[in-house]
Amino acid sequence: MTELLIKNGFVFDPINKINGEKMDIAIKDGKIVHKVSGKAQVVDASGLTVMPGGVDIHTHIAGGEVNTGRIIRPDDHVKDVERKTAMTRCGTGYSIPSTFTTGYRYSRMGYTTVMNPSMAPLEAKHTHEELNDIPLLDKATYPLIGDWWFVLENLAKGDIVECAKHVAWMLDITKGYAIKIVNPGGLESWGFGHNVHSIDDQVPNFCITPREIVTGLARVNALLNLPHSIHLHTNNLGLPGNYTTTLDTMKALESVPYNGKPVCHITHLQFASFAGDGWAHFQSASEEISSYINAHNHLTFDMGQVIFTDTTTMTADGPFEFSLYELGGHNKWVNSDVETETSGGIIPFHYKKNSPVNALQWSIGLELALLIKDPWKMFMTTDHPNGGPFFAYPRVLAWLYSKKAREATLKHCNKKAQKKSLLPTIDREMTLYEIAIMTRAGQAKALGLPNKGQLGVGADADVAIFNINPETMDIAQQFKAARKAFKHAAYTIKDGKVVVKDGEVVNNTTPGRTMWLDVQTKDPCVIDEEMRRKFKQYWTIEYDNYPVFDHYLRVPEKLTVKASV
Amino acid sequence: MTSEVKSVVCPICGCLCDDLEVTVENNEIVKMKNGCSVCEAKMVHGYKSEERILKPMIRKDGELVPVSMDEAVKKAAKILTDAKYPLLFGWSSSTSEAQRIGVELAEELGSALDNCCSVCHGPSVMATQEIGIPASTLGQIRHRADLIVYWACNPWTSHPRHLERYTSFTDGRFEKSEWKSYMQKMKGDASMKKVQAASKRIIGSTIPAMRPDACALNAPPQTMQKEGRKLIVVDVRKTMTADAADYFIQVQPNKDYEIIEALRCLVGDQELDVDTVGGVKVEYLKDVADAMVNCEFGVIFFGLGLTQSAGRFRNIENAIALTRDLNRKTKFVISPMRGHFNVTGANVVFAWSTGYPYALDFSQGYPQYNPGEFTTIDLLRRGDNDATLVISADPGAHFPKAAVQNMMKHPLITINPDMNAISRLGDVVFPTQWCGIECEGTAYRMDHVPIMLRKVVEPPKGILNDEELLKRILAEVRVIKGKNPDTETKAEVKERNKLAPRIEIKQRKKAKKVEVA
Repeated sequence: MTELLIKNGFVFDPINKINGEKMDIAIKDGKIVHKVSGKAQVVDASGLTVMPGGVDIHTHIAGGEVNTGRIIRPDDHVKDVERKTAMTRCGTGYSIPSTFTTGYRYSRMGYTTVMNPSMAPLEAKHTHEELNDIPLLDKATYPLIGDWWFVLENLAKGDIVECAKHVAWMLDITKGYAIKIVNPGGLESWGFGHNVHSIDDQVPNFCITPREIVTGLARVNALLNLPHSIHLHTNNLGLPGNYTTTLDTMKALESVPYNGKPVCHITHLQFASFAGDGWAHFQSASEEISSYINAHNHLTFDMGQVIFTDTTTMTADGPFEFSLYELGGHNKWVNSDVETETSGGIIPFHYKKNSPVNALQWSIGLELALLIKDPWKMFMTTDHPNGGPFFAYPRVLAWLYSKKAREATLKHCNKKAQKKSLLPTIDREMTLYEIAIMTRAGQAKALGLPNKGQLGVGADADVAIFNINPETMDIAQQFKAARKAFKHAAYTIKDGKVVVKDGEVVNNTTPGRTMWLDVQTKDPCVIDEEMRRKFKQYWTIEYDNYPVFDHYLRVPEKLTVKASV
Repeated sequence: MTSEVKSVVCPICGCLCDDLEVTVENNEIVKMKNGCSVCEAKMVHGYKSEERILKPMIRKDGELVPVSMDEAVKKAAKILTDAKYPLLFGWSSSTSEAQRIGVELAEELGSALDNCCSVCHGPSVMATQEIGIPASTLGQIRHRADLIVYWACNPWTSHPRHLERYTSFTDGRFEKSEWKSYMQKMKGDASMKKVQAASKRIIGSTIPAMRPDACALNAPPQTMQKEGRKLIVVDVRKTMTADAADYFIQVQPNKDYEIIEALRCLVGDQELDVDTVGGVKVEYLKDVADAMVNCEFGVIFFGLGLTQSAGRFRNIENAIALTRDLNRKTKFVISPMRGHFNVTGANVVFAWSTGYPYALDFSQGYPQYNPGEFTTIDLLRRGDNDATLVISADPGAHFPKAAVQNMMKHPLITINPDMNAISRLGDVVFPTQWCGIECEGTAYRMDHVPIMLRKVVEPPKGILNDEELLKRILAEVRVIKGKNPDTETKAEVKERNKLAPRIEIKQRKKAKKVEVA
């Protein structure tokens, strides 16, 4: 029985509508409680900001693709090493840190829950093995099923119930958490080197369009009552002029019944909000996109903010990575198609301030975050490592809460991009409350994790304490000090244990849990001879060897969901 | 008692066929279905070898003496901690779970860590680091590939079921098996031989072949024009795989790079001013380039003939560049033919825990990577290390003499199921279970697909598996080092951090500058 008392902190807990009140947080056995006994260990948080532990809805930290990225980038690791200490394992960074380093670095920033958004179901065991080696964090992972043949075939037939059963089965055997869709239809087309270019293009050989895939899976998601919505990477991502596709997709999703819970999460929105008819006329479409979003409530988003640094882009969107490679100037290109399911690509990428496109991309991400009025809709990510590594989050936050910080960076940017940028016209500076929504509460709510992202009684005792005194520090003016505070959390508390103190890991005994969904359908997907035969035809491994067996999750946390089919 | 186990995974080559059906009688495998000859040799006979090590042994006065497990573990831990710079090598026939512990052990010891990749597909990894790799899983090839190229490898012998399960002789969604046309060809060849023999008997000389032997002229036969899957084999000699091919290109040894370069030129619509390249006529190469450009989905599989001949990783780099060029015209992928069943896994596990796939060093307290410096043979030949641990590999049989001599000069710990060459030389010899027969665990197929190996029979009594054994050694090492993480004082931590290498300090300074900017 361990007890902990966080005393006198300024608490920001948006889910419980607590905005900077000075109060105590009591913790007992890894949960938040009303009060603790006098023997409780006391963390003195007077003059400090207390928030729920950070939640990251979209960060590529584990799995086959991430690891291939590690293998091809020794040049990335050699410049950033993490030494072994008595407490921690050694490792390397920079843009694709090794697993242990990933855990420590997230934890040092006050994060406690992260979501790995892209897992080829065939390689699910690999992802889970890596997640096991990421300490101090709770994790979950989304299987890629937007281009899975079973889904395409069932949706083409219009059999949504059968599709739902198969999806439930897939979530169960891959120990996944949500439906991830990447460039719907495009990945199947990429099997023969093609792509789809609008949401109404036909997918070769399957008689289906991206529109039908997205809306079909959104309905499946509703039928299965999954906690998170579908998690969508839109078509034409990363191409100039793609904002029309994004708008089309958002409009198409209006047809899906909305009952107060978002029907879709469109991820790394920055990469999907480009205007202009070519790279030479590259423009921001943040106004068009944000005005639509401000008028509609059926979707959530994350930023996919770009950081000016050398990073590694990796996505299941194989055709996009190849078109990026063909732009020239890149030395490595990895493609990794996965039978029956998905594809993937990796390219090292350096976002430069003096590039008109990169600089405007940086601006678009921030414009979107600032123009979308409701922080419960738009979350802070860099689509690690696509826009930049996750440990640059404090810099993104600084740009959000301080106009001064934005100006300081903008003035070093490409002159053309400066002219096109809307940032000088935006005065909004986010408050700590809004920051807490964008980095924790909103993400936890969108993910459907009731015990995360809040400090109410009964919630998981995941707490981040930052060295920011809201009474004396004006974060918009002193953005560097606040940025430093977000970079090195004063305390990170995971499951009621202090794991980080003053930005250093002090306790490495918490491996973190892996959450997965056990979707209970009324009559589950029957694995009959027909299904086994299909399995033999579609995959190159046997049905019996396909599932992620229970022991692959070191500390599993099963979340049971009752489906309505 | 007889039982049948289905969907057993074969722990031999990188194909990791997982459809074996094994019959077990009295805790012995007696029969199996679906396996190739290599698989049957190990799974039915090989694992019961009389050379099986059943007890841990320590060398005393030049003789290996059986001892208790505790004593052997203590001795091994003592050797490893006493050494200034041990080397941990092997891993490719072990499970990923054991490899994980291996990395932890190397970290704790500050040792060198390397896997068999450094003597097989290490150059492929280096090429990938230079230029990337357009790859796909094997199923993608099975469903879609209509052009299959085996370059400098002979899967018919080394990966016997590769053609049958993943490439030419398998039915996919969009491409059908070429098994029938292969059978016809074989029949044709056989009757041609009969005709030749008969004509020799009757008229005393052979009649000219109806179908000119592709090899003799090296010209592309008519089968190059056929519909369906085409199979091209490029090798220095005519192998069994080449017999099955629609076109076999015989290159002069060490001329692969030139041929790849010529193909790149031809694919890029450039003219060549020479008549032959690497022993092959350019006009024939043009036909090959045409076939490559005109296919729907092509694949190149390459083997050690490319990684270990002149040019080494530059060969692979060029082959990958060819594949990349072809992707501008059609869809093409390339894949190494990985040998041992979990050599890919060793790369994968090392990479996720350290960032690097092989040739690792932990002597500075953080992972370093440098092939040529920390690769096993280079390290042994220089004589840098002063103790060696070999697990699930037999460098004794395969390494150069100088490297083996160096291993023998210093204490040597071996972990292998049977008494192979390296175990005979060991100072501490551990027995272990056969991965995939007596214990389960994860292995990675050559295309990075993880598959769980199954346990089919019970291991002999008292024998631990790799993972358990390494955990015990690691625990013992920690005891000897007396380093209990919970009791290390702040002063000690500070002292250790003082030794922080310059590069890190530089990096910090640089990072600060960036931040300021």
